[in-house]
Amino acid sequence: MSKQSNPVDRLWDFFCSLKLTITILILLATTSIIGTVIQQNLSPQEYMQKLGMSESTYNLFNSLQFFDMYHSYWFLSLLGLFAVNLICCSIKRFPHVWKTVREPVLVADDGLFKTFSNLDEVVADGSMESVREKVTVLLSKKFTAPVITEQDGKIHFFSQKAAYARFGVYVTHLSILIIFVGAMIGNVWGFKAFVNIVEGTFVDSIWGRSDSQTPIPLGFEVHCEDFEVTFYEDGRRPKDYVSKLVVKENGQEVLRKTIEVNDPLQYKGLTFYQASYGQSGDPVFRFRVQERATGETVEVVGRQGKHLPLPGGAALIPMGYASNYQSFGPAAQVNIDVGDHQHGNPFIVLQQFANFDEKRGGAYIVTLLEAEQDYYTGLSVTKDPGVWVVWIGCFLMVFGSLTAFFLSHRRIWVTLQPLERGIGVKVGGVAHRNQPAFSLFFDELIKDFNDTLVEK
Amino acid sequence: MTSSLLFNVTTIAYFAAMVIFILYLASKGSKVALVATVACWIGFAANTAAIGMRWYEAYALGFEQAPLSNLYESVVFFAWSILLIYLIFDVRYKHRAVGAFVIPFAFFGMIWAQWSLDATIQPLVPALQSNWLTYHVITCFIGYAGFAVACGVSTMYLIKIGKEERAAEGSPIGGILGMFPSAKVLDDLNYKAIMLGFPMLTLGIITGAAWANYAWGTYWSWDPKETWSLIVWFIYAAFLHARFTRGWVGRRAAWLSIIGFAATIFCYLGVNLVLSGLHSYGAA
Ligand code: HEM
Repeated sequence: MSKQSNPVDRLWDFFCSLKLTITILILLATTSIIGTVIQQNLSPQEYMQKLGMSESTYNLFNSLQFFDMYHSYWFLSLLGLFAVNLICCSIKRFPHVWKTVREPVLVADDGLFKTFSNLDEVVADGSMESVREKVTVLLSKKFTAPVITEQDGKIHFFSQKAAYARFGVYVTHLSILIIFVGAMIGNVWGFKAFVNIVEGTFVDSIWGRSDSQTPIPLGFEVHCEDFEVTFYEDGRRPKDYVSKLVVKENGQEVLRKTIEVNDPLQYKGLTFYQASYGQSGDPVFRFRVQERATGETVEVVGRQGKHLPLPGGAALIPMGYASNYQSFGPAAQVNIDVGDHQHGNPFIVLQQFANFDEKRGGAYIVTLLEAEQDYYTGLSVTKDPGVWVVWIGCFLMVFGSLTAFFLSHRRIWVTLQPLERGIGVKVGGVAHRNQPAFSLFFDELIKDFNDTLVEK
Repeated sequence: MTSSLLFNVTTIAYFAAMVIFILYLASKGSKVALVATVACWIGFAANTAAIGMRWYEAYALGFEQAPLSNLYESVVFFAWSILLIYLIFDVRYKHRAVGAFVIPFAFFGMIWAQWSLDATIQPLVPALQSNWLTYHVITCFIGYAGFAVACGVSTMYLIKIGKEERAAEGSPIGGILGMFPSAKVLDDLNYKAIMLGFPMLTLGIITGAAWANYAWGTYWSWDPKETWSLIVWFIYAAFLHARFTRGWVGRRAAWLSIIGFAATIFCYLGVNLVLSGLHSYGAA
């Protein structure tokens, strides 16, 4: 940066500087640590009570936006500066690279030859014409067909390979900007929501994560026909949970899919993910009841609080359920209404111990056969119209950086010049990557030049 | 032949290779280096077979999963990846002294896994039952392994450069340091290792994002593991650009490479052991 330059030039140079790039990258790396150490997006109470932060610390961190730092103004500004740096740098350098690739220097003068890391000279026998022919064939066979320029009695050859490798860096950089754009599209036009659907029911709206007061209408219905969870043999770790979902629009079934973790359902730009599950409402009980006096046995089915009629005019009322009552397994608390709404004392019946209730000595012997609990399936719902842009960016990033790192732009110049005895053949070559390999290739090439151009 | 027996062979071979490489630095005998390299290949073969066996053993238990499902399995895979990258470098560049600075990473990984990690084969929870897990873990670990090699080489560079600068022009450096490749070569190897590691880490982050998007509906949620992988990525991106910036080549680049690897290890282990997050791998 020269001192005379005006402020605009200086600003431009600042934004184009690679020192700035390194500074920003290191700043991004170090500041990102903050959000991994301080848990993000908790409530003030949680910070002060659970994490034991003093009020003054809380206020300081809050004003620095440390509690949602990846969306803070300063962090976003840093990302913005990063993008500006990237754009300016590319604008500054790209035309030069474009020219290197599209308008290569076809004629290498002595000054240019001096800069080549691979350089050799051969004195060829024969005429300019015959040597020209041989060099053309040789380059075409061993490298690529050359562009030939005749100038001032000399003949100049230029060959290059993988020139587009130079663009790899720019594709990589562009891909970063594309990913930024994709992320912004997602932030503006996308959302994240959730919904719980009880087995056998449906929903037609969902709830946003940030504003969970007003439902977002879907414009279609999502039915959950069935939900199932299976466990590993240890009985506690869930192996898999699946929901049978059906999408209906105007009463017509349009889509049916069984979803599970890692296998969502997609419809109209929305994706429904299996996120959680839980038990919903009261179980449906099935009991076998025997009237002691007559020996008559019936099976009754019903939910909690319902009167399930028994022989002799009484009714059984399920009152509560425990999936593992004092480690005796599933149990129901029930009550018998002997008519006229006269309730007896509640008592417990067990599913795994069928004769348990006999000992109670009541007029009815009750056995719990089954308690089936309804589940609800917890779905997270997202819409992200920017995600495809992000994937395109990711693809370009991989493609671009592989090109940038593993392909090498190789160039070879040859100049023929008549000497007093024979033809002077000057050969120079450069590679922008993997120089050792290119040097080996170049040495081979020089050997070929000697073999074909010099008569033994 | 069980996987645990093969893992023992692996650990012993890596230990032998490490010790022999150090002997090589002291003795300067190229035959010694050859023996160490053979030990590396034996260890690598045993490591490969052990991972294969474990895969088979999991299937025999009825778990259809790649052997990348818990901390133990990931550490032995990390050791395998380090050897993979090291051996590629050995075949191509044959700077054997590097082994003394790289193989210890693999050996200490193995010994840690064998001594204190839970080696039982456990089924995967639903969130991890995906092929994406395999792609994600493999790409990340090959990236990490590239960085491990770069870190070893950078350490050598920092040891060597001071001596090289102090040494009188032309007078060769003797002793153990004389066995190191020149600082220029070390700098180049560092760059080459990162050139391999960086695109793999990039792929690792992308496959992770793709998986998160597929499974949870967000490709990026700034959870600590994700953020740390991005931190590592930023550091190595800074390293790559340091090449083009006067004042940042040489020592500073070597330090960036070492800091980058420290961040890598934190990303891999520290996040699970120290911070909390979605990735529950390390809670073993
Ligand atoms: C503010 C942001 C950035 C700026 C201004 C910037 C600028 C540059 C420049 C000027 C070069 C040298 C190109 C050349 O002459 O060959 C370069 C190389 C490169 N950049 Fe960036 N860059 C930025 C961020 C990134 C990031 C985040 C990545 C991550 C993928 C990246 C990847 C690369 C790669 C792979 C190279 C080639 C390195 C090499 O040839 O060794 N850049 N960058």
